[in-house]
Amino acid sequence: MLIACPYCGPRDVGEFTYQGDANRKRPDPASPAGAEWERYVYDRTNAAGEHREYWQHSGGCRAHLVVTRNTVTHAISSVTLVRGDDA
Amino acid sequence: MAEYSVFSLLKNSFSGNRDWKPAWRKPDPKPEYDVVIVGGGGHGLSTAYYLAKEHGLTNVAVLEKGWLGSGNIGRNTTIVRSNYLLPENSRFYEHSMKLWEGLSHDLNYNVMFSQRGILNLAHTPGQLDDFARRGNAMRHEGIDAELVVGAEAVGRMVPGLDVSANARFPIVGGLMQPRAGTARHDAVAWGYARAADRRGVDILENCEVTGFLREGDRVVGVTTTRGDIRARKVAVAVAGSTGRVVKLAGVDEMPIESHVLQAFVSESLKPVLHTVVTFGAGHLYASQSDKGGLVFGGDIDGYNSYAQRGNLPVVEDVASEFVAMFPGFSRVRLLRSWGGIMDMSMDGSPIITTGPLPGMYLNCGWCYGGFKATPASGWCFAHTIARDEPHALSAAFTLDRFRRGILIDEKGVGATPRLH
Repeated sequence: MLIACPYCGPRDVGEFTYQGDANRKRPDPASPAGAEWERYVYDRTNAAGEHREYWQHSGGCRAHLVVTRNTVTHAISSVTLVRGDDA
Repeated sequence: MAEYSVFSLLKNSFSGNRDWKPAWRKPDPKPEYDVVIVGGGGHGLSTAYYLAKEHGLTNVAVLEKGWLGSGNIGRNTTIVRSNYLLPENSRFYEHSMKLWEGLSHDLNYNVMFSQRGILNLAHTPGQLDDFARRGNAMRHEGIDAELVVGAEAVGRMVPGLDVSANARFPIVGGLMQPRAGTARHDAVAWGYARAADRRGVDILENCEVTGFLREGDRVVGVTTTRGDIRARKVAVAVAGSTGRVVKLAGVDEMPIESHVLQAFVSESLKPVLHTVVTFGAGHLYASQSDKGGLVFGGDIDGYNSYAQRGNLPVVEDVASEFVAMFPGFSRVRLLRSWGGIMDMSMDGSPIITTGPLPGMYLNCGWCYGGFKATPASGWCFAHTIARDEPHALSAAFTLDRFRRGILIDEKGVGATPRLH
């Protein structure tokens, strides 16, 4: 699997660290504990298909990335920087 | 179908072994069952068997989308153990171990359960202290555990292991569970299938579930590639496909992530590795099959995946750990590698529960360790389905433990599935 880092170009997956599902939305920190927090901490869409996820180019430029990858084929359709990601 | 015995062997050998009957029938789906089990893997088949044997429910179908044994029951590294620290886990897995010990007789099928022991290696004094604690916790629960102190003692147990002070991670001891071992994984699927079939369970292969029949909130059956099948109760035991299958029922989120785990087998060698050995400075577990191949595996690849294949960094990682432990194996050639999809739960422990919808029952979240749990998982899931309440041994494994904050986190890494 190759991930095309916006700064470094296509690099081997071994240079990257997976940082999990990017679909989750952190609730307002001031909101009380409850269903919303439980969902954020424990529940995942676990999609079979397109999946937005965080990676870090830890063995390279150390940039934090949002990768859209197909979990069935491992094909990557987009790689962007976390900075400026407002989805 | 005839009982397998030395007499049936003799009788069939005189007739040139031409009269053996298939081990299970290939029935057509009936329009309705009491219980439909989605997933014809180890857990689904053992659930069907114990439903029939322990609860008298025989109007049961097991639906398998491919052929029997094509999923994780045929893809694991065959290790059976019950060396857990937390009481919820150790009691459950010890019950499984006891079922394993009588399984071949119970099923009238040789699952080749071999109690060759498992040795977890310790590489630091702190790790050895931790093993002493775990061993004591196990013995407290009546499980066998022996602390092995010193590299020399380890070296006597596992010839070929690098126990020198020059090893990359010098070994200081280990924790041994002598009753642990391995079993022939395909035989477990075939044995449960045959035993369930003999009690009247229909095993429907090439029958993929495409949706759930609903009456209001309630699940009342499934639509499949072989037609609609109604059922009073629908049980789902589909391991890595849990996310996909529950979505068909309209459940979009679960405390599960699917990850790919690779496994490896080498060319056949003469007997050289007599126990199951695990590396303590990384993550590697290895044993030798009866056929002679070294069977081993390590970490999951670490990113969400439904592809039953992995990538090279993990292959390299696992191989380097194996060679660090056994320098003599560096010239052994790899025969095959493959991947299976793990249903990694948020606390590393399984889920056996009623729900998430009325009429539905769910068995998932087995992470790395589904194979050894096969008998107890079926035992407890069958109880849950038949009585609509959890079995005492799986009462802690319900789905609502996340909401209630009562996690069973053996490794203590929190809600990070890729680290369990």
